[in-house]
Amino acid sequence: MSATPDLNRRTLLRRAAAAGLLTVPAAGLLSACAGSEPAQEQSSGAEKSKDNPFGVQDGSSVKVVIFNGGLGDQWAKEDEAVFKAKRPNVTVNMSSTQKIKTEEQPKMATQPSDVVMNSGADLMDISTLVNEGAIEPLEDLLAAPAWDSEGTVADTLLPGTVNDGTFQGKFYVVNIAYTVWGNWYNAALFEKEGWQPPKTFDEFFALAPKIKAKGMAPYVYDAVHGYYPRWALMATIWKSAGKQAVIDIDNLKENAWKADGVLPALEAWEKLVKDKLLLPGQLDHTQSQQAWLDGKAAFIQLGTWLKNEMAETIPPGFEMRLSDYWSLGAGDKAPNDVYAGAGEGIVVPSKAPNKAAAKEFLRAVLSKEGSAKFAELTKSLASTKGSGDNVQDSALASANELMSNAPQDLVSFKFWNFYADLDKESQNLSAELMAGRLTAQQFVDGMQGAADKVASDSSIKKQTRSA
Amino acid sequence: MRHGVARFVMGFLALPVALYLFYVVWPFAQAAGYSLTDWGGYSDRQQFVGLENYVRLFSDELIRKAFWHNVFFLITVPLFTIALALFLAFLLNVGGREDRAGIRGVFGSGLYKVIFFFPQVLSLVVVAVMWQQIYRADGQGLINGVLMKIGLVDPEDPILFMFDPEPFLGVPAVLWWLLLIAVWSGAGFYMVLFSAAMQSIPKDVFEAAILDGAGRFHTFFRITLPLLRDTVSVAWIYLGFIALDMYALVFVMTPSQGGPNHASEIFASVLNFTAFQKGQFGYACAMGVALAIFTILLAAAQLKITRRERIEY
Repeated sequence: MSATPDLNRRTLLRRAAAAGLLTVPAAGLLSACAGSEPAQEQSSGAEKSKDNPFGVQDGSSVKVVIFNGGLGDQWAKEDEAVFKAKRPNVTVNMSSTQKIKTEEQPKMATQPSDVVMNSGADLMDISTLVNEGAIEPLEDLLAAPAWDSEGTVADTLLPGTVNDGTFQGKFYVVNIAYTVWGNWYNAALFEKEGWQPPKTFDEFFALAPKIKAKGMAPYVYDAVHGYYPRWALMATIWKSAGKQAVIDIDNLKENAWKADGVLPALEAWEKLVKDKLLLPGQLDHTQSQQAWLDGKAAFIQLGTWLKNEMAETIPPGFEMRLSDYWSLGAGDKAPNDVYAGAGEGIVVPSKAPNKAAAKEFLRAVLSKEGSAKFAELTKSLASTKGSGDNVQDSALASANELMSNAPQDLVSFKFWNFYADLDKESQNLSAELMAGRLTAQQFVDGMQGAADKVASDSSIKKQTRSA
Repeated sequence: MRHGVARFVMGFLALPVALYLFYVVWPFAQAAGYSLTDWGGYSDRQQFVGLENYVRLFSDELIRKAFWHNVFFLITVPLFTIALALFLAFLLNVGGREDRAGIRGVFGSGLYKVIFFFPQVLSLVVVAVMWQQIYRADGQGLINGVLMKIGLVDPEDPILFMFDPEPFLGVPAVLWWLLLIAVWSGAGFYMVLFSAAMQSIPKDVFEAAILDGAGRFHTFFRITLPLLRDTVSVAWIYLGFIALDMYALVFVMTPSQGGPNHASEIFASVLNFTAFQKGQFGYACAMGVALAIFTILLAAAQLKITRRERIEY
């Protein structure tokens, strides 16, 4: 959800302020040092029990800071109500802000809040928080019994959620929103025309002439931000070449980009471009999304934040539906793996005065009731199972359906989070491929070259993934 | 008595100088210090690496590319802006017909002045956002839309503007389109600057020239331009600074801030990427220091070359 860049004046000013910090580090360092006296550990603990797994003390209070961004903060107030129902004698002090880092970082070393939603453009760098030991591992939260269903909290989470919150082998971050990516289409239109949403590229290429005959472009994409088309290209690579090939790519293994299946995946996209199936012109994310809503194009690929983002301009009768990214067909290694993952992370600072209540609050956030409210209010899935089951929304329902049929493995790439150079290069090459200035072979060669360069650069700290 | 004056002056200057030292000079010194380390920007751990970052600058392909793009702007932005501003200022002040009232500008010059100066009132970011709509690369863009209506542009193949890396005269097209915005937004201010300078040239100089039979062309090149030498020289240095920056335009307008595929990469965009995305603050500081040194050398050279005796009038 934080994947919606708005290059507006405010963003620029924020960057300018950040750039200012580069030249005025003194001010930043000084203010970073200004803190207050460490707080007293508030609850030495009540009796731990099945119903009170962290030993929350009655009469204590818990301070919760929510990021008030695209998802709003109403859902958090609902969670507070859920929490209060079971713990009426614990005071919840909730506040919401968009400036997490600005407001919370200076307090982290001395007197942090108990629960911090570390999200948005102004978030605290997560690897730094982990490396500095500033946040609490939350293994005991995963092992605790679920708030209002059978089993443990871990049992209630959607696949990938634990993995996405795990750093250096420990679970630190509770990502509460679940994003599913894929190809969006207008189900009402497809029904009217008798079109079937394709499952493979071949089916898409067969359908494309019919779409064109209606005066529509088959496909539109965001040409400004290279990471938009990159999701689609990488999803095809995963489906075609399989998980192990992607793990090799992320681990900078020699000739990983030249593995079987990678090139054919990109060639499918090259064909889509060469056959002129794209809407003419180069648009940014909201422009391309609006063009799709206006019926200028049949498909757009995106994550589930789309509906919330475009809520104000969806024409009446338009029925947003999400379908899985297309696969290449029979030879694919993982044709049904879905591109999905958890985001919008909540952390508990190590120095938080009331960690027991903090974890208890998170247990309430991950409750069945809280998650259902979350999905209802934000039109996004929560990262717990079945949060969207009772929401009357075709977009959310289709995402929910996609997830419930998904195999255990989820499409996930790590290299662009590991290495900024590869992030930039893959964005650029994705945009070039979609603009028709690059062939699939050149893409593969370019990425391999960039990966080799990173691998041999001793100034870059290497990271690895195993699963 | 003298002692009292010194104290009076000191009293006024101490605070501003202290603020300047603390907020401007000290951070510069710190940046220079960081440029000799491998500081990542997110911790207090840093190691002294000597001049390694500077050595790296010279073998960095991306920096080299960005450098030449900055050089392109360094030459073209002052050249085109000053040429246009001079032309406009001349027309507005002495380009009109001459009659009993003496020399004057073209008809309606007051209105033109306001119109040409207007972009200067807008912040650069507002300008950039506005031009995004003008340059929009489909039928809804202002330019593309008009040209498609009159059939000059194929709706299937709109002008790409910011998305066009194809070279024109050896320079990516996207840079030329950015140049157009920079010149458009800058010319008005320098027009006013040159107008003011022109108005301080005594009218009788022009009148004498006209009596001698000089046309507009000769008046401009033989009289106006030589007498504006100082002003033009200063304008050139200012515009040089702007050309070395160009950050706001590149940041707001181009895909991937410096794209497509590095076609509009400039010093500042590489610096931003290195510091905030790659987390190599030390190296980024070295870039900043190198750019600062380059700018100072350039300004010094410029002033040296254009220094001449003043003409008194």
